[in-house]
Amino acid sequence: MNLLKAKEWDWKVSGVLLGLIFIITVAVVKPIGVSTQFVILDGIFWKSINKELIVKDDTAKKGYSSTNPYFNKGGGKYAKNISEPLNYSFVFVVAMIFGGFLAYKLQEKKEDKDERVIPKVWSESLGNSHMKRYIYSFIGGFLVLFGARLAGGCSSGHMMSGMMQTSISGYLFAFSTFIVAIPVAIVLFRKGE
Amino acid sequence: MSSVILALVFGIMFGFILYKTGAANPHRLINMLRLKDFTLMKVILFAIGFSSLLLFVLSSVGILNPHFSVKTAYIGVIVGGLIFGIGWAISGFCPGTSVVAAGSGRKDAYVFIVGGLLGAFVFTLMYGDLKGTFLFDKILGGKTTLANTGIDKYNVILDSFSAVYVAGAIAVVLIIISFLLPSRVKN
Repeated sequence: MNLLKAKEWDWKVSGVLLGLIFIITVAVVKPIGVSTQFVILDGIFWKSINKELIVKDDTAKKGYSSTNPYFNKGGGKYAKNISEPLNYSFVFVVAMIFGGFLAYKLQEKKEDKDERVIPKVWSESLGNSHMKRYIYSFIGGFLVLFGARLAGGCSSGHMMSGMMQTSISGYLFAFSTFIVAIPVAIVLFRKGE
Repeated sequence: MSSVILALVFGIMFGFILYKTGAANPHRLINMLRLKDFTLMKVILFAIGFSSLLLFVLSSVGILNPHFSVKTAYIGVIVGGLIFGIGWAISGFCPGTSVVAAGSGRKDAYVFIVGGLLGAFVFTLMYGDLKGTFLFDKILGGKTTLANTGIDKYNVILDSFSAVYVAGAIAVVLIIISFLLPSRVKN
């Protein structure tokens, strides 16, 4: 099997390589996390239209403070990362886009064009309307990121990085997500093959 | 600057790997949640078990000095997880996989990300009102782990056992489950 050209790897290859990238990053820098960077990008947009949103502040632990309490959390950690987006965590997530791009470009067999918008199991139950798929994706994105920020992390930060460290918050998050996601998926996609 | 280069290298690797595991394919993810296709579940359980085993074994013998970062357990982790679960099931994406899928050119992932930016923004605006509520009440000791990470500020539940045995036992169970789960479930 050619690892670069395959559409998907054998699950054992996937598991080993996914495990390795989690251990390498925690060894060299810090655990992987994604959902915080949605907040950082929001902050970057917001700051571009409101110049007073974040100011340099020597009394803050991280050197920046904001009129928004969330950006001020942790001594202005988010305020700093919004003001200096060339930081590890933000660049990491932007680089993931290129990782996905490369993986798809190198992939030999591509999926059907429609399946690139509507997953097969989705159309079997909910039809072929692109607009409907976009509406569900939008609402899904809204709920996922709202939930992830309330929970303080997502599948990467809580589930993978958290459970790797045997963190209670990771188990709690994984349990809470699956306990809802499984029945919702079973009912919503019951007509699927 | 070196941290930015590391971020580029690791981010591209993570994105590439996540794509090839099939996690960025919402068809696979939804079928995992429907309990029809456990391929991804096998990958995730194996990856967590394998990385956890390496993490605790290598750090106990001093080869690794890992940057542990344990998140706090509070009510919002559960409530947020429940909300997350609904969105996850109806879209087939989570934050990380949506970014990777968008990189591969999936248009539904672009839309998911726009919705996600709005969801994160609404939370950002609400945080000031929410932070004093029960949602942020710590539970189970806050920053707590099952195995001892050796870091004093984290609470440990199974602290009378060696961390390698605790984490190792959990890891072995996860890895065994990953092998036992069938890839596909026939109707």
